[in-house]
Order: sequence, then C-alpha cells, then structure tokens
Amino acid sequence: MISVEQYLALSAVMFVIGVVGVLVRRNAIIVFMSIELMLNSVNLTLVAFSAYLGDVTGQMLVFFVMTVAAAEAAVGLAIIIALYRIRQTVNIDDINILKW
Amino acid sequence: MTLQAVLFYLLAAVSIASAIMVITRRNPVTSALFLVLNFFSLGGLYLTLHAQFIAVIQILVYAGAIMVLFLFVIMLLNLGDSQSLREVISLRKLAGVGLSTAFLLEIIYILGFRVSDFPAGEVTRGLEIGTVEYIGQKLFTDYLFPFEITSILLLAAIVGAVVMAKRKLD
Repeated sequence: MISVEQYLALSAVMFVIGVVGVLVRRNAIIVFMSIELMLNSVNLTLVAFSAYLGDVTGQMLVFFVMTVAAAEAAVGLAIIIALYRIRQTVNIDDINILKW
Repeated sequence: MTLQAVLFYLLAAVSIASAIMVITRRNPVTSALFLVLNFFSLGGLYLTLHAQFIAVIQILVYAGAIMVLFLFVIMLLNLGDSQSLREVISLRKLAGVGLSTAFLLEIIYILGFRVSDFPAGEVTRGLEIGTVEYIGQKLFTDYLFPFEITSILLLAAIVGAVVMAKRKLD
C-alpha cells in the first residue's frame, strides 16, 4: 500500500522542479509551463489528501484549480502575444516595461 | 510488490523525468510535449488514488485544451534560434538553484515531522468519492455557488484574452 507521504514527497519534488524552472529559465513560455507544473503538483497533494481522508473537498478544489488554470493560461498567453508584438522577444530579461 | 506500488513508482519516475525535461529543453515545443507526458502520468497517479473524474478531466482539460493553447502560441510566435534567447549560466541562476534546493529540504523536513501526526486512515475508504455521480451530486448541491462563480471567471478570461491578443486597441 502506497502511503500518503510518498504522494506528498513526489508532489514536493515536482513543485521544486517548477520553482527551478521559474527561477532559472528566461523564456517566458517555459516559465509559464513551470507555473503549470507547480499547479499540478499542488493538485496531486489535494487528491492524495482527499483519498487519504475519504473527503471529496480536495477533489472539488482540484476541479476549481483546473478552471482557474485554464483562465490563467488563456490570459497569460494573450499577454505573451501582446508583448511579442511590441518587443519581438519573449526573453523576460528584455521585457521591463513595468519597471519604473 | 503489489500492482498499485509498481504503478505508483513507474508513474512517479515518468512524471519526475518529464518535469526535468520540461525545464531543461532548449526548444519550447519539446518542453510542451514533455509537459503533456507529465500530465498523462499525473492522470495515471490520480487513477491510483481512485479519483476517476479528476483523472479524466486532467487528460481532457490539461493535456487537451491547455497544452493545445500553449503549442498554438509557440507556433504562432515562430521563435527561431534567436541569440537573445540563449540561456547562460550566471550567478543568479546558481542562486536560484540553491534557493530551490533549500526549499525542497524544508518541504521534506515538514513532511518527515508533521504528516506522521495525522490519524492513520484507510486509503480505500475513498473508493466511491471519485466517481462522476458522487462529484456531480456534490458539485450541484454543496458547491453550486462556487460553480456558478466559475462561469463569471471564465467569461472574464475570454474577454481579457480577446482584448489582449487583439491587434489594435481602438
């Protein structure tokens, strides 16, 4: 029987891989994919606790997280397209138009 | 080793390997395809936890809809091998990796000392809670208000995406 700690450890490792992607990569699209990785690792935590505690609330939260992730992906990719149109790049070091 | 253990270790290995490939590949299309593999292995892990509905919408919504959007944008932007996108090893990146390692150690410390305080539960108790019937019944009774709010959120996201990606604001 797989214990809930093993699922939590897997999820922690995946979350940290996502953190490394956000901190290290400079391509805005890959940074965005790393954020999706982190969202998914948290979803795994929620489903593991849901199964462990026999409570459906965790799976409901995963359902709503997926909805928010879909909205976030649509708006975020639209922002990347708009940035590419004015700067011709997706390198986040070159995009500093919000910096004062 | 039981079948569940074999499946867990196999899917966990696939998901970690594909996650590492996502953040190390130079070409964004390769990264996106490894991310799809990662989502499929997560769908399998949800099945080992008896969350059938979540597993199916993981494949449909994440591997289907969201990743198609990613691939569409990558191909729309048509990023060549431009010099401005080359990744160099800098002090800041090493600091990022160091901080992430410290973060991983913190999480493992918390796991090692806190989770064992939970009451020992039976994972098999949740056999019926992952089914479409049970989730649908809960969704349209206890969680009806958040479900309706979600529709407003999605409408706002559609409007925002169209306004952002439009060629000219006039």
